[in-house]
Amino acid sequence: MKRAALLLLDHAVVVLFAGVLLIFGFLAPGFLSWASLGNLLIQSSPTAILAVGMTFVLMVAGVDLSVGAAMAVAAAVAGKMMLGGWSMPLALGAMLLIGTACGLINGLLVTRLKIAAFIATLGTLWLGRGCALWITETRAMNLPDSFLHLGSSRLFGIPLPGIVCAMVLAAGHFLLERTPFGRQLRATGHSAEAAAKAGINVRRLLTIAYVICGLCAALGGILALAQLGAVSPKFGLNREFAAIAAAVLGGTSLFGGRGSVFPGSLLGAALIQSVENGLVAINANPYLYPVVTSAVIFLAVLLDTLRQRFRAGMTRQIFQETESEANSAAVT
Amino acid sequence: MGALLEIQNLTKAFHGVPVLRGVSFKIQPGGITGLAGGNGAGKSTLMNLVGGNLRPDSGVMRLDGQVYEPANSAAAARAGISFVHQELNLFPNLTLAENLFLTDFPTRGFWISRSALSRQAAVLLAKVGLAYPPDLPLERLTPGERQLVEIAKALHGRPNLIILDEPTTSLSPPECERLFKLVRALQAEGCAFVFISHALGDVLRLCDHILVLRDGAVADQGAAKDFNIARLVTSMAGREVRQLFPERAERTVNAEVLLEVRGINQPGVVRDISFTLRRGEILGLSGLMGAGRTELAGLLFGLTPHRSGEIFLNGKKLRGGPRPRIRAGMALLTESRGEDGICAGASVNDNILLATLPAHARGPLGWLSSARLKPVVSDVSESVHLQTKRQGGEPIRRLSGGNQQKAVLARWLLAKPQVLILDEPTRGIDAAAKFEIYQLILALAAAGTGVILISSEQEELLALSDRILVMSRGRLSGEFVRPDFNPELLLRAALAHHHSNPEVPA
Repeated sequence: MKRAALLLLDHAVVVLFAGVLLIFGFLAPGFLSWASLGNLLIQSSPTAILAVGMTFVLMVAGVDLSVGAAMAVAAAVAGKMMLGGWSMPLALGAMLLIGTACGLINGLLVTRLKIAAFIATLGTLWLGRGCALWITETRAMNLPDSFLHLGSSRLFGIPLPGIVCAMVLAAGHFLLERTPFGRQLRATGHSAEAAAKAGINVRRLLTIAYVICGLCAALGGILALAQLGAVSPKFGLNREFAAIAAAVLGGTSLFGGRGSVFPGSLLGAALIQSVENGLVAINANPYLYPVVTSAVIFLAVLLDTLRQRFRAGMTRQIFQETESEANSAAVT
Repeated sequence: MGALLEIQNLTKAFHGVPVLRGVSFKIQPGGITGLAGGNGAGKSTLMNLVGGNLRPDSGVMRLDGQVYEPANSAAAARAGISFVHQELNLFPNLTLAENLFLTDFPTRGFWISRSALSRQAAVLLAKVGLAYPPDLPLERLTPGERQLVEIAKALHGRPNLIILDEPTTSLSPPECERLFKLVRALQAEGCAFVFISHALGDVLRLCDHILVLRDGAVADQGAAKDFNIARLVTSMAGREVRQLFPERAERTVNAEVLLEVRGINQPGVVRDISFTLRRGEILGLSGLMGAGRTELAGLLFGLTPHRSGEIFLNGKKLRGGPRPRIRAGMALLTESRGEDGICAGASVNDNILLATLPAHARGPLGWLSSARLKPVVSDVSESVHLQTKRQGGEPIRRLSGGNQQKAVLARWLLAKPQVLILDEPTRGIDAAAKFEIYQLILALAAAGTGVILISSEQEELLALSDRILVMSRGRLSGEFVRPDFNPELLLRAALAHHHSNPEVPA
């Protein structure tokens, strides 16, 4: 019975996703068309990529609140470069570099200065937001058309953002599941102290996790930028919450040590995007969006807590009752 | 035959306080050396030097005749010395194979070679007699099986010497037997062991050679066949300890029922538990690991819920969590002192006052007066023979295990409990401190407190209890009233309800 409940909790994202699709499909005809669903996947690819990076940080029981800000700084610099006549590949390279640097700063704050991840990345969130406002001078920048083409071009008939997203998902999945680094990351998330005793270089491992998160923030930023075609001072605002919610909805635990990149992060991101798209499709009051989004975040965290409680509850049972014992209990 | 490991005149001091004062001994290849000693005798420090976790201040270690100076535990492992610590260092969220090879995955380029991992893990698991698939998550294993995984991990480095630090504390008797069988099998293959344990009976039974440390020096050593419990205890304590247990005054237990438990059920934990506890009675609770004794204690104290059944204290039904029960006169000394018994960083005195602070508050704002608290703390500290260096101002984690436990006892004495539940009160404590705690328990009972004593040490239960209840798989499976105590019948009762023991009558 409890095992069944845990199984359901572990796959709650699938059930929720199906439910959301059915409800909006019922309320807004056309929501369930192939074109609309394809669009949904493409639109959710930036969040999915952010969620992949976030999974690495959550896996070690950390958190990165600064991914949205990192996106904004990288986009602001790239925008300035391209308007200043630099070529697109250079601007994209600069974005990736900035994302990596942001991750490295977070990682060093957490591992060297021993600042709690929540506070350290809250600090870099404000730092990044400030820098983005300063660089853009609070004005929006329209990017050259070449950038928008990036978002709409296709390779073998598949939209480029979809391909990038698939590649990041695959890389993240194999890194986490099939390399010593990934397994040691999982161990560190369970107990950093035990991992250090086992001879794992915990500081290096944590730093790399934050760097991966920053790099994913930049990659997600590039895809988001290619869909918007413009850098606004508010670019990437609150994306950290979507990323955390997507990862946690996908089964990654805020307590560390449990979770997956695929299919968890992808499904979580698609679930969040489908809620946002659905609200648009049914012409909901835009002021309601944050209310619904916050409800999704609460739901994600609630699910995680329930999973944790169920696991603890199952270990609290000290022996498995046999069927006859259970029956005799029903009689007494 | 040359010695495998030869240690000469090893010394080590922490912050100028000498912990080892010139220790010399030899370990023969394929021998099992028992290392005994009270808390603070230097056992852990000595083995941390051998295991590469610490470096000596002076002295020489020779391994196979070569000077041996390990820089860290990895270097020690390369030299063939593995250390299995008391706290298992395993990850329940990983598979068995991943736990075994966490820092040494077989790889093909960048990736883990899953076939090689599985194959090599299966070999190690087979060596320790665990017939599980290597990709099973560790969380599915019992504590005893996890101990075997830890040993399998140690075997990975093909060690010549394995140090086992208190390996049996969390094992049930059959799991202990399994471990000992494994140790002997590995010994037959030429592997030497150091076995650190407070379970002196186990030390005598398993080891060929025994080394006793006291105050950082070798107090006694020799062949195990020349030792008995009395000699071990004498060497550990450094004075003739006439007996392990205090004299128990002949007395009759007051007939007044203090605590009554009626038909308590919680699926998977306890089943149909009913018993009474009388004023001034010491009620022993015996059973194997995992029989549900600790869980029953938590349930009586209101830490965990139960599905049906009632608990009455002085005829009043108990409801709610621990706080109303503490007010009603209940106290629980928990099994794992380090985790949920003490606030490690807080001072000894703060730990002692933890449960009774509101009672000492004065005035409408509830001020605490240190002048008023001081005599309270010093009185109770004295009554439990608590030894502190700065009048209890130092963090409690600096105290030895025995003194920590006395401080926790002092905390509950201040609450003047009518019912005191003691869960493994002497675990990991040296013989002298044990003796003092036994005296305290007897004194409390003589003063009218009802004591429920949970212990895995049968001698302890036999020596102290007025009555012993035995639990097995969540049920009560036996009741014995002094003087009709019989160790064999106790064990039989503890084995009842176990499906793997059909030959044991329930």
